[in-house]
Amino acid sequence: MSNPFQGEETRRAPASQKTQVLPMPANPSAIGGKVAISINGQDLKVPLGTTILDAARELGIRIPTLCHHPDLCVAGVCRMCLVEVEGQRTLQAACAYPVTTPIKVHTHTQKVRQARRHVVDLLLSEHYGECYACGRNNNCELQSLARECGVDFFRFGHPDRPRHQIDRSSYSVVRDSDKCVLCRRCVRTCIDLQEVGTIEVLGRSDRSRIQTFLEKPLGSVVCINCGQCINRCPTGALRANDPTDEVWAAIQDPAKHVVIQTAPSPRAAIGECFGLPPGQALTFELNTALRMCGFDRVFDTNFTADLTIIEEGTELLLRLKDALVDGKPAALPQFTSCSPGWVKYLEHFYPEYIPNLSSAKSPQQMFGAIIKTYYAREHGIDPKDIVTVALMPCSAKKFECNRPEMDASGFKDVDYGLTTRELAKMIAEAGLDLPRLPKSEFDAPFGTATGSGVIFGATGGVMEAALRTVIELVVGIKVEDLFQHADIKPVRGFDGVKYLELTIPKTGPVPALLAPLFPSWDFLKGATLKVAVAHGTANAKRVMEDIKAGGPFSQCHFIEFMGCPGGCLGGGGQPIPTSKEIRQARAKAIYDEDAAYPIRKSHENPDVLKIYQEFLTEGPCSHLSHVLLHTHYTERGRYIE
Amino acid sequence: MNSIPTYCAQIPEAGLRAALRQDRPEIIGKISASGLKGRGGAGFPTAVKWNFAAAAQAERKFIICNADEGEPGTFKDRVILMEHPDLVFEGMTIAGKAVGAREGILFLRGEYTYLRSALEETLAKRRRCNLLGKTILGSPLEFDIRIFIGAGAYICGEETALIECLEGFRGEPRNRPPFPVNTGYLGYPSVVNNVETLAWAACILANGPQWFKSVGTEKSTGRKIFSISGDCRRPGVYEFPLGITVAQLLQEVDGADARAVQIGGASGQCVPARDFARTIAFEDIPTGGSVIVFGPQRDMLDMLHNFLEFFTDESCGQCAPCRLGNAKLLEGVEMLQAGSCSMAYLKELCGLGETMQVASKCGLGQSSPSAFLSVVEHFREEIMGRTLNRRG
Repeated sequence: MSNPFQGEETRRAPASQKTQVLPMPANPSAIGGKVAISINGQDLKVPLGTTILDAARELGIRIPTLCHHPDLCVAGVCRMCLVEVEGQRTLQAACAYPVTTPIKVHTHTQKVRQARRHVVDLLLSEHYGECYACGRNNNCELQSLARECGVDFFRFGHPDRPRHQIDRSSYSVVRDSDKCVLCRRCVRTCIDLQEVGTIEVLGRSDRSRIQTFLEKPLGSVVCINCGQCINRCPTGALRANDPTDEVWAAIQDPAKHVVIQTAPSPRAAIGECFGLPPGQALTFELNTALRMCGFDRVFDTNFTADLTIIEEGTELLLRLKDALVDGKPAALPQFTSCSPGWVKYLEHFYPEYIPNLSSAKSPQQMFGAIIKTYYAREHGIDPKDIVTVALMPCSAKKFECNRPEMDASGFKDVDYGLTTRELAKMIAEAGLDLPRLPKSEFDAPFGTATGSGVIFGATGGVMEAALRTVIELVVGIKVEDLFQHADIKPVRGFDGVKYLELTIPKTGPVPALLAPLFPSWDFLKGATLKVAVAHGTANAKRVMEDIKAGGPFSQCHFIEFMGCPGGCLGGGGQPIPTSKEIRQARAKAIYDEDAAYPIRKSHENPDVLKIYQEFLTEGPCSHLSHVLLHTHYTERGRYIE
Repeated sequence: MNSIPTYCAQIPEAGLRAALRQDRPEIIGKISASGLKGRGGAGFPTAVKWNFAAAAQAERKFIICNADEGEPGTFKDRVILMEHPDLVFEGMTIAGKAVGAREGILFLRGEYTYLRSALEETLAKRRRCNLLGKTILGSPLEFDIRIFIGAGAYICGEETALIECLEGFRGEPRNRPPFPVNTGYLGYPSVVNNVETLAWAACILANGPQWFKSVGTEKSTGRKIFSISGDCRRPGVYEFPLGITVAQLLQEVDGADARAVQIGGASGQCVPARDFARTIAFEDIPTGGSVIVFGPQRDMLDMLHNFLEFFTDESCGQCAPCRLGNAKLLEGVEMLQAGSCSMAYLKELCGLGETMQVASKCGLGQSSPSAFLSVVEHFREEIMGRTLNRRG
């Protein structure tokens, strides 16, 4: 089978916005496929349908924008990018004007400059701008536009006090409507990019506002906490729920033993908060910074990523055995469960598929449980004195660590989830210039990681890590014999949905770790393993609908789902701004880091093998691992009380 | 009542029968030769619109009759739909033949829901008489019409917002281009015409372009239906040739002592008495048909306040200049009423009005400051003459 979504843009704009894009000629470079445009007297030929904005950028002419975002469909609502098109009575929005006939454009005439300044003046008249007390100070598009458009006073007034209640009801996302400028990027993110639809514009005119269903608090509506809206908000109207003060307090408390785990995606992106171009991982500089901030131990989430592969891989093999050997009903395809945004999406929209979710916890939560049990025991620390912090690229992780069932250790397994942005703020507050710090290693006993753990950060990474292990443990051959450098390229890249078939020609001996569960691999001999990868909930929805309809994806055995576009590296806690190019640069950093690891396969991680010898002695998917490393889910449905 | 004599004089279905004998270019040629321009107010040449839609290649095309008559002071479409619904449906059918559309939609203003049953009856009767359906009057022409009731937003009179509403979305204008004639309802080529435009199209096919052009001006041919209200003794629906002067019109409705006339509804312009020799035509004072007469006792700021309240309420809220601009102008009027608006701020507001005219996304925000700007221009002494406490 081939992927039915191949070559298809799986992300879809609502009909209303889709129709705003002119159909492109089949071959834009063919004769007649190009059209002349003159901008400020500079001539250029562009493919038919190119927007004035893109044409100007090609000429190096900057046109200010606000509601435009490279990941989102066109809106044309802020009227910031207005330009004069000769022959047109009104000014035109450069972001929304496709060039189909030769035109002459002027980007900064008196009329244009006055209109832009008026637009900013009007936005400022409604924006409660307390810039120095705002998390987006110096990274705010409205602030930059005011400077760029020469706003010299509040021409049409300025609110001197807040008029809305800040919505802090969600564990993940905080909404401050006083800072909202109604660019609707969040709405397009939620409805079009993610196809979740938590927020929409309500009301008309100057009473229009971004709101949830029935204007309920964000914490009690169908929101998956992915935080993609935060990443695309131009102002401080959306932000993550920030626990840095609590973390500082724990660090200052001598009675507390504060440990932090760091995930690969923030390490690949945090440099952006310190002025580095995207794509430079600062993993080991970060270790130094965290110690200088006062964390007692710095661990690598990759350790539990490797553990996840063993647990989740074993679970998959057990399901396959149930189905193929014992003829028992097994919930296949098995879905990954490491992305808390995806998990909540499934709980809301496809609760009938909860049995298909792997019961394995996410690496973050496994780590919390291991630290407050195994680590506490080994080091003689009372788990009640341990504070576990997780550095994640994710806003949904804040919700995940607050799930009531996440207390397997007898305590809250993970106390605080920090986003990349929040940790960058802490490091800056501690006076550290992260990129210039010396490198240092992770702490034992969870200091050894593998390349497989690292690539969890990119879409397809969990699948690649799982395949590396399954190929070696089941087929009994080296991954390198099938895929050069053990790089499983078919599951990499930013295609919305990826699909791979892998025939198991022969089987090897069952390794000791799995011997109690599987007498032999004979049942897999000759089988064709079908796997798929989807990232972003819009793509997840495509795959889920296909499964529901009994389509080709229902024949898969294992599917990796990530809630965010690009996977964790595009998570809702990552540095702002984001774009496909930025996410690609982060992905490259992650794959480069993988390639540099001496150990690249989860099942070869010595610390993982050790924990099965010393602690989880009954092996993967045993009773103890179920208690500590596995979880259950909640049928939420689409309707709220 | 016989408010629209020309429509009353039409022979039923004469236009449709004529159209059935002609091919598409011929029909569009007739409309083109007549010089018919859109009667909703924008004055876009109807033949050009039909031609674009006719040229577009698509499996489905739509003829949409815009009966979302929401402009303050207009009620002529309602009268046309009540008294001459057949003429409108005939015009839609002709348009269907001209552009190759098989489906017609009447977008009826929510407040006109009470017209629905009568209109449905008319449609049913037309189906029985083989004037709608698969083989209209025995010809291969297939066309049918359904009625869609709007939800009451003024903005849905804007053709792309109307289409959004038809598709079940929030009624908000789209970016143009692409235009509905290429990418309209459900992405298919769609002609959106005003009720009156379609009725005239039927008359033109029946009587020929010369008949139509014999009145009016060179650039504004034909007759126009007006909704006239306000301080005159004979308000109502009237039919006049385009090119009529404001003074002539006031004579007809017995409102000659007016101090000003608002032409084109709230989004039109305010014409002071000294300009009553100007003509109502696309090249001078364009209108969708609304004429509101202000007698000598009227306060222009009260009028402005009323209009701006309307726009502040009806702006869809998507683009910044219209969403916030109208509210600022309304505040400005209140300051003027209180005598607390400085000359400098009034100048800022006029600049803002000019920005709204060129920067707003659609016709609403582009035209809503017109009344403000024309009152400031023509009645400056009066509006700046307020002192504090005058209004108590």
